[in-house]
Amino acid sequence: MENNPIIRRLRPADFETLTGRSSAPALVRPSRSYWQDAWGRLKANKRAIVSLFIIIGLLVFTFIGPLVWRVNPSLQDIDQISIAPGADRRAVIVEPFVAWDGISGITSSEDADLWLAEAPTTQSVRLKWRTVPGAEGYRIYRNIYEPQDEFSLGLPLITINNANLNYYEDRLDLSPQTYYYSVAEINDLGQLTGDYETVSADVQRVITVHEASQRNLVDDPSTLRPGDDVLLSWHPLGTDYLGRDMLARLMAGARVSLFIGLLAPLFFVAFGVLYGATSGFVGGRVDAMMMRFADFVVALPFLLFMILFQVVFGIGPGESGILPMLVALIILSWPATARLVRGQILQIREEAYVSAARLLGASSQYLILRHMIPNTLGVILVTLTFAVPAAIFTEAFLSFIGMGVAPPTASWGSMCNEGLKTMLTHPHELIFPAVMISITVLAFNLLGDGLRDALDAKMRSTE
Amino acid sequence: MWWYTCKRLLQGLVTVWFIATATFIGMHNVPGDPLSGERATNAAIRANLEARYGLDRPVTEQYFIYMGNMLRGDFGISYTQQNREVNDIIREHFPVSATLGILAVMFAALGGILWGALTALYRNRLPDYIIMFLVILGISVPSFVFAALGQLGLVNLNSLTGVSILPVAGWGTVSHMLLPAMVLGLGTMAYMTRLMRSSMLEVMSSDYIRTARAKGLSPTRIFTRHQLRNAVLPVITVLGPAIAAITTGGFVVELVFAIPGLGRYFVQAVQQLDYTVIMGTTVFYGAFLVFMVILVDLVYGWIDPRVRLQ
Repeated sequence: MENNPIIRRLRPADFETLTGRSSAPALVRPSRSYWQDAWGRLKANKRAIVSLFIIIGLLVFTFIGPLVWRVNPSLQDIDQISIAPGADRRAVIVEPFVAWDGISGITSSEDADLWLAEAPTTQSVRLKWRTVPGAEGYRIYRNIYEPQDEFSLGLPLITINNANLNYYEDRLDLSPQTYYYSVAEINDLGQLTGDYETVSADVQRVITVHEASQRNLVDDPSTLRPGDDVLLSWHPLGTDYLGRDMLARLMAGARVSLFIGLLAPLFFVAFGVLYGATSGFVGGRVDAMMMRFADFVVALPFLLFMILFQVVFGIGPGESGILPMLVALIILSWPATARLVRGQILQIREEAYVSAARLLGASSQYLILRHMIPNTLGVILVTLTFAVPAAIFTEAFLSFIGMGVAPPTASWGSMCNEGLKTMLTHPHELIFPAVMISITVLAFNLLGDGLRDALDAKMRSTE
Repeated sequence: MWWYTCKRLLQGLVTVWFIATATFIGMHNVPGDPLSGERATNAAIRANLEARYGLDRPVTEQYFIYMGNMLRGDFGISYTQQNREVNDIIREHFPVSATLGILAVMFAALGGILWGALTALYRNRLPDYIIMFLVILGISVPSFVFAALGQLGLVNLNSLTGVSILPVAGWGTVSHMLLPAMVLGLGTMAYMTRLMRSSMLEVMSSDYIRTARAKGLSPTRIFTRHQLRNAVLPVITVLGPAIAAITTGGFVVELVFAIPGLGRYFVQAVQQLDYTVIMGTTVFYGAFLVFMVILVDLVYGWIDPRVRLQ
């Protein structure tokens, strides 16, 4: 510098204060910060905004929903098991159950060999048939589909080894639907002879006065008379296979899923940022060692370790599996963020504007606060958004295979698992939680896409 | 390349060792032990049993015995199925899982490349919008939901048409494999379609395509020789993670479709706390996944020399 002839020759007197207006072009548009700009771009993205509203709706559903819909998610409504949404919830008041001697009711029928002695109710279905001469006994079957041949008679209820007995009363787990009862003749070896009769029964839901008052269905039970209608408790989305309210369970499940889905990413992204930033700042041998360790964690099979962790720490009743899952997710998921942040820090350190700032005398603190953090925050936010659906997926997967929360606690994954068993007859038990998982993951994915496009020009997808 | 291969294999071995050790330590920390059953055993019997199974020795010695057995490929005997060796379970059921997995990976890769190329060619037109919507759906729906809904759909289809178009569950013939393999590959296919689309768009706007077009090459030749071949490369990089995703996805798909694969046995073992099977299959799966990822990386280096130079 000192040897430069031009610099040596210049003196303050050589400079002249500028007067008058500069000819620089005036700023026409208002100056916008990075975040204002990003928000503007995000607002223009319809899909992202719709997703944002869906996520807000989900949060309302999860946290405000249980305040509005105050039904205990573990409470079993044994009158209404596996009912579909919007099902008829009327029940007729009947007298308390009295054992049947097989004599009362319609005792004979002219045109049928098998008939219903009384109107079928959820309390009991009473069958009566004409005895077959030469038969050794009968086997009674029940089916929810109409039998086509002697191999599709359904669930065997009882085998009667008395050819003269001609009545049977079914009280096994009856629900208001159509059943097909078959009485098949058996020979002395207990085998079907191929001779059978079928009768259909439209079972009506009934309830006794005592039951109605016990379940608080009416204000004043003393006014109830047999034949009156009462309305059973309301389940807007139906009930599951144990008669638990689906809406309340979906809300309770959302709490578990979102707890894992929001908290785990928050923690592991925070840890990843700290780790990656430290590694990037310090550099050198420490950086190489830290990154080697991160590579090692990445190489571990993720779900396998999650399962192992759950087996070792997560077994127990109720929500005891949630905390180990959270810890395992944090332990196994941070390296991706750490790598990303380290890369960003290393890149920004070499940027021209950082060099310029340093040349102007900026301190390290200023550089970190003014340049490093704002420039990595976008990437971190995008990572965070994409980490949420991944965590929800993991929770659902583990709960589905029975390694998440234990009954009676609900989570969307465990509800799917339970719904799978009754999928053919009551598909709503599977479809509702499945749709909830899918919508949540979809919304977070679309929001993540939108945020990425809005925040980070380099990562912007080519569309 | 040789040095790189050796380094990767060594890293893989270290990872597998860690998996085996972590499994051992983890299983040792599970509350209770194999001998504490519902019936109370007196101290003498217990001591005898512990000596019989080597459980009275120090943990370090047990660890060395365990590692020695594992190196010899002996994973022990199942707890819940007393007459079966873990080795037999793996030998018998892994081929089923592997067949399903290979089919699913093929389905995912071919479908992903095809749909991705198609969306790129029809960029911002109706086919692009439809396929990309389905792709986002495919990424957002868990595989067990696909499996269950696929099965439900097939049941309804079969009962609607009155003939069994495809079997709903079970294993044995090719027709049993179709739906599970499709369901298993669907998520990965969606992901690969997305990747292929962006990679294809990048290739399409590159200089060498313009050159090829200026040379007067036919669009078909440009598409097959220049665009497709270059755009496929990034799809190969995700094959490693894809194999991992399909292997673990197989756990639930096998469960839903009642396929006698290793994944179903693994999940069952986990649910029944069949410790030896959990340990054996975890280490087996871990080693399988680690070396599959390494294999894919090596193949990628072989296909794309640029990776080797880095």
